[in-house]
Amino acid sequence: MTTKSRLAALAGQPNCGKSTVFNMLTGAHQHVANYPGVTVEKKSGHFSVAGVRVDLVDLPGTYSLTSYSLEERVARDFLLDEKPDVCVNVADVSTLRRSLSLTLQIMEMDLPVVLALNMMDKARKEGVEIDLRILEERLGIRVVPLAAAKGEGKGELMEAIQEQVSIHRHPRQVDYGPLESKIHVLEDWMRDQGTTSSLPLRWLRIKLLEGDAFALEHARGKIAQGEKLADMALRLGKEFEQEHGESVSRHLATCRYALADEIVSSCQKHSFSSRGLTNKIDAVVCHKLLGPVILVGVIFLLYQLSIVQGYNLTNYTWPILAKFKELCGLALPAAGFVDDPMVRALGLWVVDSVNALLNYIPIFLILFTLIAILEDSGYMPRMAFILDRLLQRFGLHGQATLPLVLGGVYVGGCAVPAVMSTKAVPDHRARLATILIIPMLNCLAKVPLYILLIGAYFAQHQALAMFFISTISLLMALPVAKLLTLTVLKKQESAPFIMEMPDYHLPTIGGVLRPALQKVWLFVKKITSIVAAVAVIVFALLRFPGIGAEAMREIEARGDHAQNDFLQIVDTSPLQGRFQLEEIPDLLEFEAAYKQAKIRATSDQDAVLVDKRFSERNAAYLAMVKGQPAEEYGKVSRGLRSLLRERKLIRMEIQKARIDSSFLGRIGQAMEPVTQWAGFTWRINVALLSALAAKENTVATLGSLYQQDADASGSDLSASMKETESGFTSLHALALMLFMVLYPPCLATLITIKLQSGSWGYMLLSLGGQITLGIGVAVLVFTGGSLLDLTGLEAMIAFYCLAVALTVAAAMIPNPPLEPDPGHS
Amino acid sequence: MILSDLTPGNSCTITNLHAENRLGQRLLDLGIFPGVSIKVLRNAPLEDPMEVEIDGMLLSLRHEEAKYVEVKIR
Repeated sequence: MTTKSRLAALAGQPNCGKSTVFNMLTGAHQHVANYPGVTVEKKSGHFSVAGVRVDLVDLPGTYSLTSYSLEERVARDFLLDEKPDVCVNVADVSTLRRSLSLTLQIMEMDLPVVLALNMMDKARKEGVEIDLRILEERLGIRVVPLAAAKGEGKGELMEAIQEQVSIHRHPRQVDYGPLESKIHVLEDWMRDQGTTSSLPLRWLRIKLLEGDAFALEHARGKIAQGEKLADMALRLGKEFEQEHGESVSRHLATCRYALADEIVSSCQKHSFSSRGLTNKIDAVVCHKLLGPVILVGVIFLLYQLSIVQGYNLTNYTWPILAKFKELCGLALPAAGFVDDPMVRALGLWVVDSVNALLNYIPIFLILFTLIAILEDSGYMPRMAFILDRLLQRFGLHGQATLPLVLGGVYVGGCAVPAVMSTKAVPDHRARLATILIIPMLNCLAKVPLYILLIGAYFAQHQALAMFFISTISLLMALPVAKLLTLTVLKKQESAPFIMEMPDYHLPTIGGVLRPALQKVWLFVKKITSIVAAVAVIVFALLRFPGIGAEAMREIEARGDHAQNDFLQIVDTSPLQGRFQLEEIPDLLEFEAAYKQAKIRATSDQDAVLVDKRFSERNAAYLAMVKGQPAEEYGKVSRGLRSLLRERKLIRMEIQKARIDSSFLGRIGQAMEPVTQWAGFTWRINVALLSALAAKENTVATLGSLYQQDADASGSDLSASMKETESGFTSLHALALMLFMVLYPPCLATLITIKLQSGSWGYMLLSLGGQITLGIGVAVLVFTGGSLLDLTGLEAMIAFYCLAVALTVAAAMIPNPPLEPDPGHS
Repeated sequence: MILSDLTPGNSCTITNLHAENRLGQRLLDLGIFPGVSIKVLRNAPLEDPMEVEIDGMLLSLRHEEAKYVEVKIR
């Protein structure tokens, strides 16, 4: 027995239970990555049998192994390049005829194959008998019966895999009838010329005759005299087509199907009853009236449970993250009076950025669990079935329903899980279009700005304005999807819609939790680390070149003045002479910690304990903070409060001055000549730019830019905004809101787009496209509205009508054809 | 006659397939071969796509795609 590990590939058609088999074999030893260079997920794992370690790679589920789709090319390339020691082909016994077509294709690749016949429990239940001995004999490969969902057949399959790597059987060759003579012509020619290939030879010849793009390329590039070989194969293929009136590929498929049919008839007694139960459920779920009602119900439930309930859950998880930040704060250099050391500011900034994302984990966990339930149960294809016609008109695909819902079709989604869930869209072109429009939908983080602006400028028509902003995003996204489909994505691979409507299943706990946890882990691992890195860059852009030394000295002098004032007050108390300037940071920290502890104390009893604890820590500080006894410390306490107020004010001024003079601030000022047409002053530009890290920041930045008194509440922010920008009208607000709808995707979304589209190009397109479109729309509304002398409300209605008209027009334009076609030349 | 013209409840036998390449291959992959019988179960709420039963499997396909499948009513 060698200690060398073996490589096994797991192949199978969609819905055959392949991932259940994968989980059964590998258990917890799994690793998820992508196949190199593409966005197709590659799951690998390992197990040991008879002392040999077997590495198992899960190939994408495919019906066939042609060059037509990315998944099929990935599976084919893996089998050809990696030459696994054995290929385990999982097949659903109830669709054996169709499944064997794939088995025969894999066998043609000259690999040892084990056929894992899954769902045998279903066959037993329906009284369908399969003679495995005949099946093995006819195929010439090992066949193992399985009921993977029940864990039956695991041992036997492992043994078969181990046995297969040492015994090479003689698999059955498909007889391609009249095509065989053409295959021989190529074989003879190659022998005469003495040329050979690293690929399985019979497979190569068949593929060449079929005109397969990959095989032709291989011949022309890697085979001696390959140019001639390729030309000859193409000529022979054409000849065949003329002689027999059907294409080579059709002929191949027909021969395989006929053989599969014959084999099934010889080994299978009784046939499976038609999909009675599934059909009955479909009669309800896909019903003309009930179908859409159920769909809306499912979407509503999904939204309620994940976004709403998940958000509630963050109330419990946020304190953990806050604690984490607190701990980081303790580890970092202490805060200064007017300004913090750079390391502290940077450290806390990064922790904040990462925390903002980690905060979404409860939402994602619920969401991914629910998605897994939808996938496992078989409802997903039904969603696509119901809405395909509508979405198809905009170049999208029925399967885009779920991603659009998650992204916030109405209001309040999140682009990250939405982009991640586009994986289910089988059509590459439609998938990219979906990915690119998702960030245009209303994610949760955009809502606070809407509420602020609507409250300030559309107070009379709040409901109408909220309806407008909730629905306008989709009305802009759909025409954009169509535009992308007709232009940038025109050359992208599209796919036929035709799909299997699998049987309904009761989801299993393992089948649901495992993928959900895997996705959350992927999110934490990949996205969080990149976001932390980019947060550093945004920090630098907001901080440098920084405030001039002169200005800083002035601010510091103000700080010193405030502190000295406070000291003078302290000197009127019993602490006279016992409290020094150097102690002020300690006192401030004490005050903050005390305030925190007080907030956390839930009962009067707790509060007493807190007082006791802090009194033990430093009784004098506590007296100053609490101002008790009043006759001795009341003045000090008031002085402390005004010191804190002054400090806050100074800090905000520093932040404002810093942002104003930062690179981002300068960009904001440089952009004003353009953005003035959209009604944005440079201050708004800066607020919008600083929100690049996360949109939640917009309102906060507007706050620090407009609001001098930080203690004021949200409504006062609208007031101070109105005051500072006295010329600001509802038309300005409308332009700003529309820009926010189209606001560039947040960092996490951008990274997810990069991961899911597999290209930085689409990420940049998403970023640049939305900025351009956002400014364009804002300029149109603001400048157009100003010229026509419209109020914000009138402009809103006019723009809505325009968007509806565009959406209808986009729906009328036909889609580009399915091609381009890399499969055949 | 072609598959896309059939209304729910009708059964027929496939007589020919007029699609090649990508679409043709996918139709063959899902078992749409001449000689096989097919039953139209229902149309989607928006009329398109349609759901059919073939060889004990349920498939959904757009009318646009069903146009390429020539059938004969039994």
